[in-house]
Amino acid sequence: MLKTLIPAALLAMCGTMAAAEEVHVYNWSDYIDESLLKKFEDETGIKLIYDVFDSNEVLETKLLSGNSGYDVVVPTGSFIERQIQAGVFQKLDYSKLPNAKYLWDTIKDRTAQYDPGNAYSVNYMWGTTGLGVNIDKVKEVMGDDAPVDSLSLVFDPKNMEKLQKCGVMMLDAPTEMIPAALRYLGEDPNSKDPAVIAKAEPVLAAIRPYVQKFNSSEYINALANGDICVAFGWSGDILQARDRADEADNGVHIAYHIPKEGALMWFDQMAIPADAPNPEGALKFLNFMMDPQNIAAASNYVNYANGNKESQKYLDPAVLDDPAIYPDQATMDNLYTVTAYPPKVQRIVTRLWTKVKSGT
Amino acid sequence: MNLRRLLLISVPYLWLTALFLVPFLIVVKISLSTTAIAIPPYTPTLDLAQGWAGFKDFLSQLSFDNFTFLTQDDLYWKAYLSSLQIAALSTLFTLIVAYPIAYGMARAPDEWRPTLLMLIILPFWTSFLIRVYAWMGILSDEGLLNQFLLWLGVISSPLHIMNTSKAVYIGIVYTYLPFMILPIYAALDKMDDSLNEAAVDLGASRLSAFWLVTLPMSRPGVIAGCFLVFIPALGEYVIPQLLGGSKTLMIGKVLWDEFFSNRDWPVASAVAVVLLVILIVPIVLFQRNQQKQQEAES
Repeated sequence: MLKTLIPAALLAMCGTMAAAEEVHVYNWSDYIDESLLKKFEDETGIKLIYDVFDSNEVLETKLLSGNSGYDVVVPTGSFIERQIQAGVFQKLDYSKLPNAKYLWDTIKDRTAQYDPGNAYSVNYMWGTTGLGVNIDKVKEVMGDDAPVDSLSLVFDPKNMEKLQKCGVMMLDAPTEMIPAALRYLGEDPNSKDPAVIAKAEPVLAAIRPYVQKFNSSEYINALANGDICVAFGWSGDILQARDRADEADNGVHIAYHIPKEGALMWFDQMAIPADAPNPEGALKFLNFMMDPQNIAAASNYVNYANGNKESQKYLDPAVLDDPAIYPDQATMDNLYTVTAYPPKVQRIVTRLWTKVKSGT
Repeated sequence: MNLRRLLLISVPYLWLTALFLVPFLIVVKISLSTTAIAIPPYTPTLDLAQGWAGFKDFLSQLSFDNFTFLTQDDLYWKAYLSSLQIAALSTLFTLIVAYPIAYGMARAPDEWRPTLLMLIILPFWTSFLIRVYAWMGILSDEGLLNQFLLWLGVISSPLHIMNTSKAVYIGIVYTYLPFMILPIYAALDKMDDSLNEAAVDLGASRLSAFWLVTLPMSRPGVIAGCFLVFIPALGEYVIPQLLGGSKTLMIGKVLWDEFFSNRDWPVASAVAVVLLVILIVPIVLFQRNQQKQQEAES
C-alpha cells in the first residue's frame, strides 16, 4: 500500500512543481517594455521573475560566484567573451529557437567575434557610445560652429574649458572611455598594447578638470533637466533624456550625435547560465523575445536598435528612421568594436582610470 | 554546573568562529591564490575529496605575491591613509555633535527620555540608501541648503559641497550619529547625579565638575561610540560613492575596483586582510592598555 502511495505522492508533487514553473531573468534596468513580461506569462503559463542590474561588473561577479539562480542574463559583448571562457554559459539548442531565423546577419557577424558562431548567445539590443548635446546651451557658450559631431568636442581641452560653464558628464567606464580617447588620437581603439593604452592617459588627464562627474547613469536626468549641456554616454540613454525633456516641455532640446571619427558599437547578448535552474523555460523566453513583434515593441519603448531584421517591419518610423538609433550604412562602417582585455592589461586599464579620476 | 558554564561560554565563541573566523580564513585563503578565468575566478580551489595529498598540493600553490604587489603601487597605502584620515576626522566630528545630545538626553526629565530615545532611533526605520539620497538633494548646487542660504543672502553663489570630501564627512557624521549617542547616553544615564552634586558642594564650579566627574565617568561610552563609528567608517563605500567626488580616495572604492573591475578576487582579498590588520592591531593594543589601567586602579 505504502509502496504505491509514495510514487503517487511524488507524481502529485511533480505535478504541482510543473504548474509553478518559473523563469528568472536578469536584465539591465529600464531596458524592456514591461507589458511584454505579462504577455510572456499569458502565452506560456510560465511565471516570470524579472530582476535588473546596472553594471556588467555586478552581473559578472554574480555569474562567476556560481549558482546565480538566473535562467537568462544579458551581458555586453566584450564581457560575454571572457564569461564563455570561464564556462559560465551553456550552448543554445537552436532547434528550440525557431524564431532565430529572423535574426539580422549584419549584427550576427559582429557578435560572432565575442561568441564564435553565436553558439552561446543571441543579440537583445545594440547601440553606440557618443555625444549627447543640449543644442541651445552648447551654441551659447561655443558659438554656432561648435563641433557637436566630433570627438574633439569633449577631448580637446580648449573646447572643454568653455563647456565646463554649462557642465559635462562622462561615463565612469574605462572600457568605453579609453577606446574613445585612442580613436580621437587616431590609434587602434581595440589595442591591448600597454604602450598604446598609455597614450590615452594625457588626453583624459587634460580634460579631467573640466568634467563635472564620471557616472554611468546620472547624466540622463542631468541632461534632461538642463543641469549639464554635454554628456558622453550611451545612445539610448541620451535619447531617453531627449524624450524626457520633450515630455516635460522645459525648453531643453537634446540631440544625440555619433562622432564623425567613429563610435564604439556594443551588443547586449541574451544567454543561459550553465547552472540555470530552468533552461527549457529560458529557451522559451529567448524565443519569445526573438519574435519580431515582441522585440519591436521593446525597441520602440527603449530607443535601442535590436538584432532582429524582421522586427523592422513593426518598428515605429520614428525609431527605424532615426540615424541615431539605426545609423546609415556609411556611419555603420565607421563604427568600431572592442574585445575583452586580458587580466594583466585590464589591471593597467583600471589603474589608469583611477589615476585619471583621482590624480593618484 | 561546570558543563552549563562551558555551554554558556561556548555560545559567543561559536558565534565568533562561525561569523568571523571562518569567513576571515576563507578571505585569507583567497588572498593567497592567483586569478583564473573560471568559476570561481581564482586558483587553486581546495578539493577535499583528494584527502591529505590534495591538501598538500593545495598548500604548495599558495603564494604571498598579492601582498608584495600591494607594496609596489602607491595607490594602496595612499588609499589606506586617506581612509584613516576620513574615518578619524569624522569620528571626531560625530563625537562633538553627539556628546551634547547624549548629555541633554541623560539630563532630561524621566518622562521625556523614552520619546527622545525614540527620536534618535527613528531614522533607522527608513532605508539607509534613501537617507543618503536625501542628502544629495540637500547638498547639491541647486539643493535645499544652497537655495536656503541664497535666499537668506548669506552667500551670493552656490557652495560646492556635493561631490567633495565635505559631503562625505557630513554623510558619515549623519549616518553614524546614533551609534555615538546611544553608548554615551547609556554611560551618562547610569551615572549617579549625586556625584556631581557632591563635587559642586565641595566647591567645584559646574564646568570643572563636568570636566572632573561627568566626562571621566562617561569615558567607556565615548570609547565604545568612537569604535562603533571609526571601524565602519574606515571601510565605508556607499557614502563616498554617492556623496563624494572621484577625487575622494577610500579603500572601499579600491576594493570594489579590484573585485569588480579587475575581477582580481585574490588582490581584493589581500586588500581586505591588510585593512583588518590595520584595524585589529590598534584595537588589541588599546584593550590591553585599558585592562592594565583597570588592574592598576583596583
